[in-house]
Amino acid sequence: MATLRCLRRSALPRLSIFSRGVQTSADTTRLTSGTPEDSSEPFQVTLHEDSFHSYKCDTPSLDVSVTKDSLLDMYRQMQTMRRMEMAADALYKAKLIRGFCHLAIGQEAVSVGIESGITPEDRVITAYRCHPFAVLRGGTIKGVIAELLGRQAGMSHGKGGSMHIFTPSFFGGNGIVGAQVPVGAGIAFAQKYLERKTATFALYGDGASNQGQVFEAFNMAKLWDLPCVFVCENNKYGMGTSAERSSSNTKYFTRGDQIPGIQVNGMDILASHQAVKFAREWVVEGKGPLLLEFVTYRYGGHSMSDPGTTYRTREEIQRMRSTQDPIRGLQRYIEEWGVASEEDLKAIDKQAKQEVDRAVEEAKESPEPEVKDLWTDIYYKGTEPPFMRGREREEVRLHY
Amino acid sequence: MSTEAAIEPPPAGGHVPSIATSTLLRSTREAALKTPSIRWCDDPQVGSSSSVLVDSRETRKMNTYQAVRDAMSIALNKDETAVVFGEDVAFGGVFRCTMGLAEEFGRERVFNTPLTEQGIAGFGIGLAAMGQTAIAEIQFSDYIYPAFDQLVNEAAKLRYRSGGQYNVGGLTIRTPTMAVGHGGLYHSQSPEGFFLGAAGLKIVIPRSPIQAKGLLLASIRDPNPVIFMEPKILYRSAIEQVPLDDYELPLSQAEILTSGSDLTILTYGTPVYTCETAIHHLSQPPPSLDALIPQSVRSASVELIDLRTILPWDVDTVVKSVQKTGRLLIVHEAGRTGGVAGEIATEIQKRCFLRLEAPVHRVTGWEDSEISTPVALQYEKFYIPDAVRVLDGIIKALTY
Repeated sequence: MATLRCLRRSALPRLSIFSRGVQTSADTTRLTSGTPEDSSEPFQVTLHEDSFHSYKCDTPSLDVSVTKDSLLDMYRQMQTMRRMEMAADALYKAKLIRGFCHLAIGQEAVSVGIESGITPEDRVITAYRCHPFAVLRGGTIKGVIAELLGRQAGMSHGKGGSMHIFTPSFFGGNGIVGAQVPVGAGIAFAQKYLERKTATFALYGDGASNQGQVFEAFNMAKLWDLPCVFVCENNKYGMGTSAERSSSNTKYFTRGDQIPGIQVNGMDILASHQAVKFAREWVVEGKGPLLLEFVTYRYGGHSMSDPGTTYRTREEIQRMRSTQDPIRGLQRYIEEWGVASEEDLKAIDKQAKQEVDRAVEEAKESPEPEVKDLWTDIYYKGTEPPFMRGREREEVRLHY
Repeated sequence: MSTEAAIEPPPAGGHVPSIATSTLLRSTREAALKTPSIRWCDDPQVGSSSSVLVDSRETRKMNTYQAVRDAMSIALNKDETAVVFGEDVAFGGVFRCTMGLAEEFGRERVFNTPLTEQGIAGFGIGLAAMGQTAIAEIQFSDYIYPAFDQLVNEAAKLRYRSGGQYNVGGLTIRTPTMAVGHGGLYHSQSPEGFFLGAAGLKIVIPRSPIQAKGLLLASIRDPNPVIFMEPKILYRSAIEQVPLDDYELPLSQAEILTSGSDLTILTYGTPVYTCETAIHHLSQPPPSLDALIPQSVRSASVELIDLRTILPWDVDTVVKSVQKTGRLLIVHEAGRTGGVAGEIATEIQKRCFLRLEAPVHRVTGWEDSEISTPVALQYEKFYIPDAVRVLDGIIKALTY
């Protein structure tokens, strides 16, 4: 214990000096030109000067070009995603969703920010906080909720569950911490091999960043200059252990050794958007991989079985919610810049809620998977073994 | 993770004298072209083996590594999405299976990876998920353990957990396996049994050059992920006339090598030849064994089966054989506890219970009571089942 105490003492000053990341306010972007009448006409805004830190590369420009439409789209998406996750929370507490369920409430500026800066041809793969990506990458809210409920209308036909949701450009939802990262390197290799000018965004959390295979993937990606953006969603806690207690280096954007990195204020959607565009351009231009660390925060626990208050204070959560919420931040921009009125936004909120409520009802109506599908999709149809153990009691008798 | 592969290939002829003279090897063109279940893949009438076509086919004397190389060359030639990668494969690989492929097909398609087994597997999964044909090499099957998670959790389950949307059917992992005579703890293991529970994977182990080429091409083209384990002692010691054309041999289909009516011996890989020697000794014992073999069993008729695909295995062929003979002996190099033989024995006992005249016997890697010993260097010859131990098993099964 004496040794441990000694370690702890020596660790504290180090943290306070070196681990200061970017500021994470959600509402410090300033309008630098007038807002145009036309809702699709671009206008300029300027991010807070401490929105990005960089490692072995320049930081993205602080001047962001947006349109009224794009801001409202982001708002609608973030609000809808939060509503969906809240619905999942309620369904879980009502015991309609069972098993593991990880929600991304508080981290909306990451998923929506990524989607706003990439194209449908790009590829995304993440770990288990995957529900918003599944919807934004071409899925449906009904499909996600039904998958969580284990119903046929689920995006994996009810056979996967929370961590196992896919679309043609979204490689899931993966349940093994860190395992998706080398898979992402393989996807990026295929893009390069097929000479497609596209990028792969391989996401992982601050917790997963200490897995060995993440570094294996970094090495291969840099060695072969793969068009892969490694995205660390640093929500400050890997399950119940804070970043400072788990990682010797909490500047996750610097952990790629030869790979340049950017740390991003992941609570300001406009900073996220700008960083993603920068990263996409970087890898598509053939400069090799890039690390992107979003400093963000999850309001809930790690999973539904974690109240999320045993390893951090309620005050900390409350402070983040009240001062750095990404949706409130964008709401403030929209109202202050005259993009839309409070009433307009309330109407969007209402629509989001209705859309989610409707999807939940529809999802609930979908039946559970049929028993026969227990043993489909194991092997390619037609190549499966003639029997699978336990498939039919009667079948066994045939062989006696 | 990998130790340096400084294993000298075995001398031509190998350590088991019977391999060089085995009647199971097809050393003439005529015999090679009559390989059972061979499916020619180059003519429009797939599956046809009419005598006109067969007459015009050529064969060449090859050992197993040359046959493996030939298969990969065909795969790379016919499928432009195919890539071959692994540790040191660009300059031939430690067992020379990829010799000259990089020069022939380019270093973009045949390339070295870092020493990064988990990364190789994950990378291959990503590549295959993008629809490419990924042929990865794990330098020794002993090094497959770091990749175990990727193979069992990601490769095997992707189809199921995505409800059939995604799969890694294009993935084939080649890896040298079984004892080499002096490989020791980390270069002579047989890890196939560890994968038995991974529904979704296929495990294939060939016994000869003709088998290796046909089964490898079938594995590469099979729409499921396959782990293809090549018995490393056979790379040089097993020599056959191998058809030069593109052909496949069926997966999940065992082959009856010699038919018999009193005892079934089921095995795969290197021990096929050990069993052949043991069967020979049974009827014509050398003077040193003569006194130990009861006259009553010397004329026993033994059916020898090569299982070829370990997962999912060919239950029907084995059941049919045991229904005929009433006795089953299973031989493999891996240790007994938790080995493949235990699984097969249980299933056969269930399906053939009333027909069995002896318990299912196993001759496996050495065991002291219930615990398998490691494959230790100085004890390797002692560890792997030799002809005398197999012979002992035959006699025990026949005289029970």
